[in-house]
Amino acid sequence: MATAPLIPGQKPRSNLEELLEGVWKQNPVFVMVLGMCPTLAVSVSAMNAMSMGLATAFVLVGSSLLVSLMRNLVPKEVRIATYILIIATFVTVVDYAIQAISLALYDALGAFIQLIVVNCIILGRAEAHASKNRPVKAVLNAIGMGAGFTIGLFALGAVREILGAGKLFGVSLFGPDFQPWVVMVLPPGGFFVLGAWLLLFNWLDSRKAAPAKPTESHAHV
Amino acid sequence: MTPRIELRPSPHVVKGASVEHIMFHVVLALLPIATFSVWQYGLSALALIVVVTLACIASERLFNRLSGKPSTLSDWSATITGLLLALTLPPSFPLWMGAVASFTAIALGKALFGGIGCNVLNPALVGRAFVQAAFPVAITTWVPAFAPRRFSEFVPTTFTAPLMTPPDIAAWALQAKSVLDGFTGATPLARWKFENVLATPADLLSGAVTASAGETSALLILLCGAYLAARKFMDWRIPVADLGSAALTALVFQMIDPARYPDPLFVLLSGGLMLGAVFMATDMATSPVTPKGVWLYGALIGVVTVMIRYFGGLSEGVMYAILIGNALSPLIDQVTQPKVFGAVKGKKA
Repeated sequence: MATAPLIPGQKPRSNLEELLEGVWKQNPVFVMVLGMCPTLAVSVSAMNAMSMGLATAFVLVGSSLLVSLMRNLVPKEVRIATYILIIATFVTVVDYAIQAISLALYDALGAFIQLIVVNCIILGRAEAHASKNRPVKAVLNAIGMGAGFTIGLFALGAVREILGAGKLFGVSLFGPDFQPWVVMVLPPGGFFVLGAWLLLFNWLDSRKAAPAKPTESHAHV
Repeated sequence: MTPRIELRPSPHVVKGASVEHIMFHVVLALLPIATFSVWQYGLSALALIVVVTLACIASERLFNRLSGKPSTLSDWSATITGLLLALTLPPSFPLWMGAVASFTAIALGKALFGGIGCNVLNPALVGRAFVQAAFPVAITTWVPAFAPRRFSEFVPTTFTAPLMTPPDIAAWALQAKSVLDGFTGATPLARWKFENVLATPADLLSGAVTASAGETSALLILLCGAYLAARKFMDWRIPVADLGSAALTALVFQMIDPARYPDPLFVLLSGGLMLGAVFMATDMATSPVTPKGVWLYGALIGVVTVMIRYFGGLSEGVMYAILIGNALSPLIDQVTQPKVFGAVKGKKA
């Protein structure tokens, strides 16, 4: 297996770049728009979103490390099966850990903990990055991606919890008279908020790309 | 001075109705309905109409500025969206929720698609659909029409502080209307659906029912619509197809089971069918343009409206019916393309 950079002529990235890639430039939620299933489903509250993000990040870091260590041992033909096995092992660890820490949280996240196995961010990282890089870089990149995913989920969960329940992390923000926006805790609310964040990110991006010219995009809804 | 001579092929008469011109006349046609609504529901309806319209105009200006485009306020389209949106809301709707609806209408319904003429769905209905999903209780809280003190006091919910729950107004509504009148707090449609009580056509025509701000004056809406149709600012086929198919569907159901389904007249006069058929389904940007497609589109909205009313969970279905019609418009246009003159069937030109 080659350890050289993917594209010939591309200069190897520094460790800091590896770490920051997932947080902003290639943010899994806002830029790559990967892993939408848990993003939309469990971002009803900030707490759920953060837990889901951290659980995914743990699996991501663990599996990236292992895949990277084994990258020269695994035959190409069975690599996907190997990745899945490695990821499933870490998911099982997370599954039992959350069950032991908080049963309420476990119930709230439901099947989405087990579904981390098929999260495309993790499999994508294993295939596109960890299997082609040394362990240090793979882990740094995984940490960045995990952080980016957690930030993305938190951004969704916070807005949905603030508007949908008037709370943040269960703490009431507006007093008992708050009028909940029912739609925000329903599935359509997830789409509305995700769309608004994507809009904001793309708007900021397009402004950065052409600072002098007025842009065609619109602000966040 | 020699007159300038212009040589060019027909058409030679170029003065036509501009967007501003048409939109301005739609605003004119909406004003009597808004006035009737204020006369019916008093100060709260007035405040709601003013605030929602201003919020729509402000949102439009904001998005104009953000997108770096010239102001489109002078084409009156934001004003129409605001007026229509206000007329579809209950008169007791808290003003801050009205502002949320306005912002959503302009932002999600219009600005994101690229402004006037580019929107897929009717902006006013997008705004209403959003608040219907976000605040299901407030949007189904009704107040009695012709309350004696409607011009001296606001409904308590009108000035609810932003983000806060509006107070319960059942007691206020009962006291506002004399008890003998039997205020039920439900629209005629909801009463029919959930209590099996049918309102009389006389009540429906005079507007002495609980309803959204602008949907009770069926005759007035038809009159204003007739004005627009006569000036050719509106395609009369859409409301005719919409109301006709709704009445026909209702007639069929009544023939199947007269005890269970109301008569077509009730279906036509109750709820937002008239307002929707005349002012919302006819939105030029969101309805088909082909001659056949227009009939199909109107008929579809009428049937879906009655289906939602009869078999859906909600008592009113005009909003969703029109939104479905809007969404299908491009498809309807595509399948109803008129035959090219001289073309032979089955042969590609």
